[in-house]
Amino acid sequence: MAVTASHRFDELIKADRVHGSLYTDPEIYEQELERIWYRTWVYVGHVSEVPQPNDYVLKSIGPQQVIMTRDRDGEIHLLLNRCAHRANQVCDAPRGNSSAFRCPYHGWTFSNTGKLLGYPFNSGYGGTEAKKSLGLGRVARVGIYQGFVFGSFAEDGPTLLEHLGPAHEAFDRLVRLSPEGEVELTAGWIKHKVKANWKMLVENETDGYHPQFVHASIFSVAKSGIGDLYGEKSTAVSRDLGNGHTENDLRPEFRRTGRPMGWFGTTPDRLPDYVSRMRAAYGEKAEEIMIDGSPHVMVFPNLFIAEIQLFVIQPTAVDETVQHVTAAQFKGAPDLNRRMLHQTIGSVGPAGFLLADDSEMYERNWRGVQERNPEWLVLARGMHRERRDEDGLLVGDATDEVPQRAIWREWRRLMEAA
Amino acid sequence: MTAVDVDLLRAVEQFIFREARLQDEHAYEEWESLWTDDGVYWVPYGGDDPDPETSMSIIYDNRSRIGLRVKQFLTGKRHAQTPPSRIRHLVSNVEILDDDGDEVRAGANFIVTESRERGLVTWAGRSEYTLRRVDDGGFAMARKKVVLVNNDRELYTLAFLI
Repeated sequence: MAVTASHRFDELIKADRVHGSLYTDPEIYEQELERIWYRTWVYVGHVSEVPQPNDYVLKSIGPQQVIMTRDRDGEIHLLLNRCAHRANQVCDAPRGNSSAFRCPYHGWTFSNTGKLLGYPFNSGYGGTEAKKSLGLGRVARVGIYQGFVFGSFAEDGPTLLEHLGPAHEAFDRLVRLSPEGEVELTAGWIKHKVKANWKMLVENETDGYHPQFVHASIFSVAKSGIGDLYGEKSTAVSRDLGNGHTENDLRPEFRRTGRPMGWFGTTPDRLPDYVSRMRAAYGEKAEEIMIDGSPHVMVFPNLFIAEIQLFVIQPTAVDETVQHVTAAQFKGAPDLNRRMLHQTIGSVGPAGFLLADDSEMYERNWRGVQERNPEWLVLARGMHRERRDEDGLLVGDATDEVPQRAIWREWRRLMEAA
Repeated sequence: MTAVDVDLLRAVEQFIFREARLQDEHAYEEWESLWTDDGVYWVPYGGDDPDPETSMSIIYDNRSRIGLRVKQFLTGKRHAQTPPSRIRHLVSNVEILDDDGDEVRAGANFIVTESRERGLVTWAGRSEYTLRRVDDGGFAMARKKVVLVNNDRELYTLAFLI
């Protein structure tokens, strides 16, 4: 169906609310795949997942399966898992090390750069000439920032850094928590599936309004201070970082208390090895880094940097989304890494103290939005008090819906772009 | 092949069946009382035996975290189990794997059917138990490892006790 998109989304997205059909309409979902997922920069994987030449790992961009490879020269490629002959999947292992992929159907063999190396019995093709024009499908552009690999199916468009804009600082803030300036995503990804539209997850990641309600059970029994960061009196802010990227910036709270490692709920004496390595690496700056802690930033459309863990959001159908989650691991920080992994396992995934309840909300939300009215979802919180910060970015109070409005602005921009 | 110690097998089976029933009926505190003070409850992700100290698990609870899990249920605000899933375990193929006099290691296969508003979900796999003999002649659970057959794929929320 031809879409008069600008007109239509104008009617469905207002400054203070969005229409429920934006989540539920299968036709809009198909358009999202084409206009968002198969066009803008989407996070795919991390260089530490393919550390050696010829390593590969299976990843995704929405429903598309993507093989992230490192070739023998060290370059990263994003290939599609589809033989150029009769479309069989060429890769079935979740990860491995191989310079080539051999299709099990007729033995066509492709290098890990996507190039067709050969086909059996080539006289059937009149020789080897035909193979020059054939290869694995590929994601048109690959962009890497601080080891994070993004792909865009669009041949042209903004560079990755242009797309990230001010959100690139989230990656800088993350990696500087490593004494060696590198994050490693080597703990493996849990795939946690929910019956809900993907945007409900994206919107929740920087929703500072929900933690005290959704997570009251664990905050109360674990005596966690996280809830207070998202209270009425919190000095934390919600922020629109541009291009759909959003943030709950907790630094004002961490700076107010001024305790190194307070962001991780601990103290320097509990992590002596880490703290001394940080001081050796960063000198006087180390205290500030350890006070500010790790970012809470949702990089549109699919990478959520959640302080000590990372989530990748993968839509697989209008009503089904997979959240991939792993613990951040900082190079040169074994004592901190152990604790971050242990805490991540407790918090996230299908049985996590936090994420099981978030996921319950996603599914309840999905069922609720099927009801016929009031039709609209209200995103008005904090509109009267949103303001510009010193960098000119739109901010609101900790519990305001500045991020959600920002997400919808970018969504609409992408959906309406020619 | 050595003969099966039928009395021991029966005793182990009865413990395992009771544990399953307490899980099915959400008898959280009674279930918690089955654990030793150093109990470890492990539901690995991504294979039969990944290293839980370096890779993600679905659950990797030490004894204090088992207690925290139970406390969270008891708040009544654990949304993922409010209302609790209707579940029933079928446990079968129980075998004694090892017995050193202090502890018995046993293995079993299971199927759990879970009903929530989303629909029915079937969970299946193998559990391995380390059961420590205690003073009253019974057992306490020192370790339970639950390997789901699909623990390398996408999983729905698993917030009940498996």
